[in-house]
Amino acid sequence: MEDLKKHKEELQGKVNLRERADHPESYVQIKVGMATSGIASGAKEVMDFLVEALEKRNIEAVVTQAGDMGYSFAEPTIEVTKPGEEPVVFGYVDTKKADEIIEKYIKKGELVDGIIPQNYRTIDDE
Amino acid sequence: MTKYKMHILVCGGTGCRASASDSITEGLKQTIQDNNLQDEVQVIETGCFGFCEKGPIVKILPDNTFYTEVTPEDTEEIVNEHIIKGRQVDRLLYKDPEQDKRIKDSKDMDFYKKQIRIALKNCGFIDPENIDEYIARDGYLAMGKCLKEMSQQDVINQIKDSGLRGRGGGGFPAGLKWEFAYKNESDQKYVVCNADEGDPGAFMDRSILEGDPHSVLEAMAICGYSTGADKGLIYIRAEYPLAIKRLKIAIKQAREYGLLGENIFGTDFNFDIQLRYGAGAFVCGEETALIHSMEGERGEPTFKPPFPAESGYLGKPTNVNNVETYANVPVIINKGADWFSKIGTEKSTGTKVFALAGKVNNVGLVEVPMGTTLREVIFEIGGGIKDGKKFKSVQTGGPSGGCLTEKDLDTPIDFDNLLAAGSMMGSGGMIVMDEDDCMVSVAKFYLEFTVEESCGKCSPCRIGNKRLYELLDRITKGKAEMKDLQRLKNMCNVIADTSLCGLGQTAPNPILSTMKNFWDEYVAHVEDKQCPAGSCKDLMRYEIIPENCVGCTACARACPVGCISGERKQVHEIDQDKCIKCGACMKACKFDAVTIK
Repeated sequence: MEDLKKHKEELQGKVNLRERADHPESYVQIKVGMATSGIASGAKEVMDFLVEALEKRNIEAVVTQAGDMGYSFAEPTIEVTKPGEEPVVFGYVDTKKADEIIEKYIKKGELVDGIIPQNYRTIDDE
Repeated sequence: MTKYKMHILVCGGTGCRASASDSITEGLKQTIQDNNLQDEVQVIETGCFGFCEKGPIVKILPDNTFYTEVTPEDTEEIVNEHIIKGRQVDRLLYKDPEQDKRIKDSKDMDFYKKQIRIALKNCGFIDPENIDEYIARDGYLAMGKCLKEMSQQDVINQIKDSGLRGRGGGGFPAGLKWEFAYKNESDQKYVVCNADEGDPGAFMDRSILEGDPHSVLEAMAICGYSTGADKGLIYIRAEYPLAIKRLKIAIKQAREYGLLGENIFGTDFNFDIQLRYGAGAFVCGEETALIHSMEGERGEPTFKPPFPAESGYLGKPTNVNNVETYANVPVIINKGADWFSKIGTEKSTGTKVFALAGKVNNVGLVEVPMGTTLREVIFEIGGGIKDGKKFKSVQTGGPSGGCLTEKDLDTPIDFDNLLAAGSMMGSGGMIVMDEDDCMVSVAKFYLEFTVEESCGKCSPCRIGNKRLYELLDRITKGKAEMKDLQRLKNMCNVIADTSLCGLGQTAPNPILSTMKNFWDEYVAHVEDKQCPAGSCKDLMRYEIIPENCVGCTACARACPVGCISGERKQVHEIDQDKCIKCGACMKACKFDAVTIK
């Protein structure tokens, strides 16, 4: 039990670093919605593209898979969290859109069309 | 690095687009340009904000200002006042209807309180194949708390006090179920997770298993501890390969971390979980049929009592709950029964996940507190009906549920209200239908499903539902008489009363509810031989309007069965006996001379 708590704090530290990230050197974090509906609409290709493109373009980022974000109408969906900023969810992401997101949003901080506004609360808000 | 100081987000959802959000975007861009601000302010179109009723929506970042019902004429004022002078345009701010005051920061809007994610808390946030991410979000903390600090009865009391009811459809109080299993003494008990999600259009459980498998494993272990079981089984359909893969990974990782297996957290509690695959039979979602299927028997239900809590898997006390029910458990333990029971309504606490599908703009997963109205789910969160069509009906509860109409839209959704309205909660499928959907055909679709899925054990379901289907088929083909409608109704009631299990007992619901709410539509099919929605092919007639026909022969050449005759430059005619109603003639005609009757 104590081990779990300690382990949790360690991990939380790690995740916090990724999520809040007030260190400018920390990573851009990208989550790709990879449930059946996402994969069926091409999330896998988008994820592969992101991993490859970010590496090629020397952008330090962590790309992870996640479950269904609930926006089935806009699959594939990805969530991008830039260091020190609020997460932004983009919908209808194909490889072309992913490229645009890297070039415009991640590199220059410009938003691109297709943002999905968050419309729910989490248990942490309560 | 960031070039822009401000962003203006304009909603580009279907609803807002219909009310000129395009010109708003253009107008804003133009004004920004005119003021030479294009390097500092960016205008962007977003997906639907889900607040279409008050559209078009414009949101300004970083200050989170939320403007509603914006018109293209307002764009200059927004730029001049807000962007340049930093003053919010008060009259466009969203006005809280209850407090009658304008809201400055969108985070304070009630609208954002409509959805709350409990069962979906981690879905889409964590990597489901990495246990560390689950642990970082309080994963397995609830299990630790139960094992170290709570007695078996304490855990059961928490679940009872939370008011959590089974999310699989019936809505039976989960805490009571656990208590029954706990009190029945036996050398061996089991915990079963029902992941046999079978309603057409429903995918809530699949998403939870794919997005957050550990929450289900943790909850099953908690249930095992409180009921005295050391074996868990997940009954999942083989059609969910990704969910199975992620569950397998999750189980393996949990074992490696000692969170499943022997002496968990150094206590004498042992618990392990295995998977059992189903072949995708709908009836196996019924708990007794599910248990028989796991035992290797035919997937047929048996009479209750005995309930699984007395004699379940291999004759031992067994607790069966559905995926979503389990997904709520760790949160209840962590946050307390009190916290949970304050969400939702008095008799239906917590939230419910719905898989919103059909003719609605924002198809997807929605998790709302119980007591939210259908209108809020469909028109606000769901963004309204596709292509600006008119709402006709919403089907809840899958093949066991019913179709609700306009008059039910303001009904707060909970287990009891939906039953009273003639439908049911079911597992959470919600299919929205518009004016083009024929309700007789919808009932027929569901009956076709139940006929296919009936296990055949009892005659009312095996034979009766087949007869119901045949009657509906005759109605949609225009071959029925008025007395058939009465027969249909009588038979529905008999089948509901005499079937052995839930499948047969509820199979007539789609017919009964559509007959109740759309009686006129049934009558139109029978008496006028017409389908008001224009969807029943057999009741449609393609005809040529003689005044419009110029005799160009385009339709005759397009007809695949050669049923259109007529000389060049003469009025053509369709032979109704040969016509297959494909509509090719109508597409081919350039003079609007082909019509549907």
